[in-house]
Amino acid sequence: MKILVCISQVPDTTTKIAFADNNTHFNTQGVQFIINPYDEWYALVRALELKEAGVATAVNLVTVGKADAEPVIRKALALGGDEAIRIDTDSSDPYLVAAQIAAYAKTENYDLVLCGKESIDYNNGVTGAMLAGMLDMNYIGFATKLDIDGNTATVKREIEGGEETDVCALPLVVSCQKGMSEARIPNMRGIMAARTKPLKVVAAADVKPVSNIVSYELPPAKTGVKMVSPENMDELVSMLHNEAKVI
Amino acid sequence: MSVIVLAEHTQGSFRKKTFEAVQYAAAIAKNLNTAVTAVALGSVADGELQALGQYGATKVLHVADAKLDNFNSRAYSKALMAAVQKEDAKVVIALHDVSGKAVAPRLAANLNAGMVAGAVGYPDLSNGFVIKKAVFSGKAFAFVDISSDIKVVTLMPNTFAVTKGEGAASIEKLDVAFDEKDFGITVKEVNKVTGAVPLTEAELVVSGGRGMKGPENWHVLEDLASALGAALACSRPVADSHWRPHHEHVGQTGGTIRPNLYIAVGISGAIQHLAGVNGSKTIVVINKDPEAPFFKAADYGIVGDAMEVIPRLTEAVKKFKEGHN
Ligand SMILES: Cc1cc2nc3c(=O)[nH]c(=O)nc-3n(C[C@H](O)[C@H](O)[C@H](O)COP(=O)(O)OP(=O)(O)OC[C@H]3O[C@@H](n4cnc5c(N)ncnc54)[C@H](O)[C@@H]3O)c2cc1C
Ligand SMILES: Nc1ncnc2c1ncn2[C@@H]1O[C@H](COP(=O)(O)O)[C@@H](O)[C@H]1O
Repeated sequence: MKILVCISQVPDTTTKIAFADNNTHFNTQGVQFIINPYDEWYALVRALELKEAGVATAVNLVTVGKADAEPVIRKALALGGDEAIRIDTDSSDPYLVAAQIAAYAKTENYDLVLCGKESIDYNNGVTGAMLAGMLDMNYIGFATKLDIDGNTATVKREIEGGEETDVCALPLVVSCQKGMSEARIPNMRGIMAARTKPLKVVAAADVKPVSNIVSYELPPAKTGVKMVSPENMDELVSMLHNEAKVI
Repeated sequence: MSVIVLAEHTQGSFRKKTFEAVQYAAAIAKNLNTAVTAVALGSVADGELQALGQYGATKVLHVADAKLDNFNSRAYSKALMAAVQKEDAKVVIALHDVSGKAVAPRLAANLNAGMVAGAVGYPDLSNGFVIKKAVFSGKAFAFVDISSDIKVVTLMPNTFAVTKGEGAASIEKLDVAFDEKDFGITVKEVNKVTGAVPLTEAELVVSGGRGMKGPENWHVLEDLASALGAALACSRPVADSHWRPHHEHVGQTGGTIRPNLYIAVGISGAIQHLAGVNGSKTIVVINKDPEAPFFKAADYGIVGDAMEVIPRLTEAVKKFKEGHN
């Protein structure tokens, strides 16, 4: 059984967000990029566990991005995985990203495609489902647990106000979140091994983007916090009622 | 040409967020000089379907197939595809929730349509089809232009106030030819916290952090939440320490919520926590440390010990509720 893990690179969670060129571009100056936490902690680690358990025979990683995405995909390789594929194009259009991954994945017959529940830069949370549509595969989103037995996947996923357990035959696309597995730290051996693991660069398929970001805006700054005495909770309640109008 | 909206329901009844989506779709349709058709999948009573007219739907396409009573993103997007074709839809609206996020992108993929995931504004039609959405986990907004012929949008729940109007939608049945492949996923078990308002839909949320010291102290938050009719949430270390179930964890790696009121108790306000809650309309922070970073993101702040302040707040809320009944 072959697994493909989709890895996206995102700004470190503590990044102070700023824009350039009249608010039309994200200012990457001084920004530290990391593997999207959902991709790293959950999708990738679960894939590795499945390989270590002898369930998966291969774990490949794919990222859609330009050469600047290579340090991050190398870092993912240091955690484990057999080879990495970088599809050489830049995009914030989720359709284009999914179409690129789909074009590559179709040629390789993966049984299981894992991605994160959401990338923490554009917060779309849609790539996995799009990919499943393009690959004509089943999709289970927001999974918290994944087990494979032969050709059958048993997946626990988030539903509104709870969880449900689904059973589905492979091939399958799953988006992963907290619960799947425990985060790992790459060790020296992994980092050394990653240097010699193949990182293939493939040309982008001819797909036109269907959306683009025109501009950005920062949220208005809070006008300042009103302090209320801990002795006077009646005042707080009255402010929440009369001023904020939320109760 | 028309606008269609997926009218999500829970065992045959619609909730507020569906009305919000229908109303949103109706406003877009109006700007495009067309009408909105709601699409309902699975068993729903006619009276319930007609009521969507009160939020602006002129017509409801009902795919009444009982096989759709269980959520299924593949069959749902196939049904929506049939509706898009029947209505010659140019805009498709769904909710940005666990169901919408599984169905809408699949439909977009099949239609080669661009999409905006998590819209927080109406499309600006003056120069393309530009919609505002939150990016960088609420630290900024982006204005996204969709250039494809058909546009797919998921609306962030609790973005707009819902107002009920007059009117009843006409109902039309739609038959969709499903095949076995569309139902490849079997639901084995469902575990729902019954009774409670789902966190993502709650208008009021009471949330606790490590400052609560331990799960044994949560009863004070539970009392406050029940006095307010609020849902409970928590910070990540709280869920990681198994003080609370992990579906209550909000933030970068947990849920994203946008309630009208978020009361944060004993939470320091780390940037990863704020990422999940900074869309809240009003934030109250209760922390014993006056230097806690959360105060910078708050509308109202109280410096004090949670175990003393919260019971007092609960009493004040109860008193207020009694006076307003
Ligand atoms: C990649 C990444 C992702 C993350 N994702 C998330 C996430 O999704 N959600 C999340 O919450 N965190 C997340 N974190 C962790 C985050 O950085 C913080 O560590 C976490 O939010 C801190 O939780 P806390 O505020 O409950 O605890 P603490 O930081 O320990 O704060 C406790 C607070 O309680 C106050 N306090 C103590 N005693 C009392 C008392 N008696 N009464 C009142 N106040 C009191 C203290 O003054 C303090 O401010 C993430 C971190 C990383 C690196
Ligand atoms: N550029 C990319 N390259 C590879 N995978 C991606 C890329 N962007 C998103 N993904 C995957 O899709 C998931 C959801 O991303 P999104 O839909 O952008 O929020 C991420 O967690 C990744 O697993």
